[in-house]
Amino acid sequence: MILQSVFFYLFSAVLLISALMVIGARNPVHSVLFLILAFFNAAALFVLLGAEFLAMLLVVVYVGAVAVLFLFIVMMLDVDFVEMRAGFLQYMPIGLVVGVVLLAELLVAFGGWAVSPDLAANLGEPMPDIAQVSNIEAIGSLLYTKYIFYFQTAALILFVAMVGAIVLTLHHRTDVKRQKIERQVARTVENSIEIVEVETGSGI
Amino acid sequence: MNEFVTNWLIPGAIMVGQSLLLLVVLLVVIAYVLLADRKIWAAVQMRRGPNVVGPFGLFQSFADLLKFILKEPVIPSSSNKVIFLLGPLVTVTVALAAWAVVPVADGWVISNINVGILYLLAVSSLGVYGIIMGGWASNSKYPLLSALRSAAQMVSYEVSIGFVIVTVLLCVGSLNLSDIVHAQETGLATKLGMPSMSFLNWYWLPLFPMFVVFFISALAETNRPPFDLAEAESELVAGFMVEYGSTPYMMYMLGEYVSIALMCSMTTILFMGGWLPPLDVVPFTWLPGVVWFILKAGLVFFMFAMVKAFVPRYRYDQLMRLGWKVFLPLSLFYVVLVAGVLQFAGWAP
Repeated sequence: MILQSVFFYLFSAVLLISALMVIGARNPVHSVLFLILAFFNAAALFVLLGAEFLAMLLVVVYVGAVAVLFLFIVMMLDVDFVEMRAGFLQYMPIGLVVGVVLLAELLVAFGGWAVSPDLAANLGEPMPDIAQVSNIEAIGSLLYTKYIFYFQTAALILFVAMVGAIVLTLHHRTDVKRQKIERQVARTVENSIEIVEVETGSGI
Repeated sequence: MNEFVTNWLIPGAIMVGQSLLLLVVLLVVIAYVLLADRKIWAAVQMRRGPNVVGPFGLFQSFADLLKFILKEPVIPSSSNKVIFLLGPLVTVTVALAAWAVVPVADGWVISNINVGILYLLAVSSLGVYGIIMGGWASNSKYPLLSALRSAAQMVSYEVSIGFVIVTVLLCVGSLNLSDIVHAQETGLATKLGMPSMSFLNWYWLPLFPMFVVFFISALAETNRPPFDLAEAESELVAGFMVEYGSTPYMMYMLGEYVSIALMCSMTTILFMGGWLPPLDVVPFTWLPGVVWFILKAGLVFFMFAMVKAFVPRYRYDQLMRLGWKVFLPLSLFYVVLVAGVLQFAGWAP
């Protein structure tokens, strides 16, 4: 148990510090790298909780794909740091208000479980024993039976968002030459080569 | 205190010892994988390849190692120094960390976790960070271009690798790597009534299209030719490694070859029955599992090396087309097909 708490405090401390550095770092690329470190430590906390599937999912989806794209974009941006810092004091009150509201909501939500036993009973299906059912089985059997409707709705919303993003960015340019593989494959000797008998000195 | 020793110290020491053993063996194997790569490439081009250091050039990789670590590391003055050095470190650490879950024989695995294959997918998707960090921190044009290329390439091919893994998992019903190998003990050959032909049991045969997709995606994921756009020397000099020399460069090389070896092992585990002998008859079953594992992974690496030797490099748009317009629909279709067949034939585990 001691070892577990040591690791818990280690990961939590690194998580909080790197989360602070995300907004504190001067260079946006450093911010993204700190964000990745924060994701990692969150994944480590999930492992400590016994939620190994969620931990791996966090690394695969957020660190492996989303943060790569973040880094990709931030590296390409030509950010003027002085200009970016100029409005800091002006926007800070709004940011603080958002932060305080978020904190209050979290406190209300988690405090409710601690204070009221009725709310704690509403937590939904309790997690099955880890020793008997593996993480993935537990999540899968809940997701595909009890919450199948919500799951499918979420998938549909994501799908619509994806189609929307593609429609917004897709435009066919007619002034560039593109390779059309299917046309290349469809070409045959008959419709691409013509054999002509040329008399000497006359040209075609 | 005594309880602390028996519960934490001794298991911890055993785990460290196992990890060190695996690391040493792995690094020696990597030295010869590197040599084999160069020898095979040379043989295809009718050259001799490295043949001076030691008999048949067998110690060439160790000579190279000495050369790399004795040279002076040069850090460009306008680079971002911390991230510049962090890049190769991340590459090599992530590549080596993945080996913690690879079962090289029955029960020979450091960490037999339930989500083994997911861990491998997660860790192999992190390899891109070393490349992006190195490319960006060099503060130079070619490395940045190369980093962008390879980020897009690795993210794209991870998608099809994910779907290939899903098809295999549908057949196995577990994410544990040892379970995946055990599931291949029975299969097509047992159904046909030929239990000794165990190489027909493995998933390469029923999932053959996925085997091919996985092999090609593994080439792209490890930046091997014909998909080595990240270091296409005719366009980008040496890609993200332009500004690197001596030990940091060696770490990039090492990380690259360790992840190639990892991809070969993953192919072996997912499709070629891991440590299982190819024929379930007497002389084959005498050999220990680890020998079969290394032989199979070596065979996959031989294919990697041959592809490098005789396939010309892809153009970048062709690479993207192959990933998104060919492999993604194909693997998605196969996931649906395999799931349907398993469900309606009642073979689902």
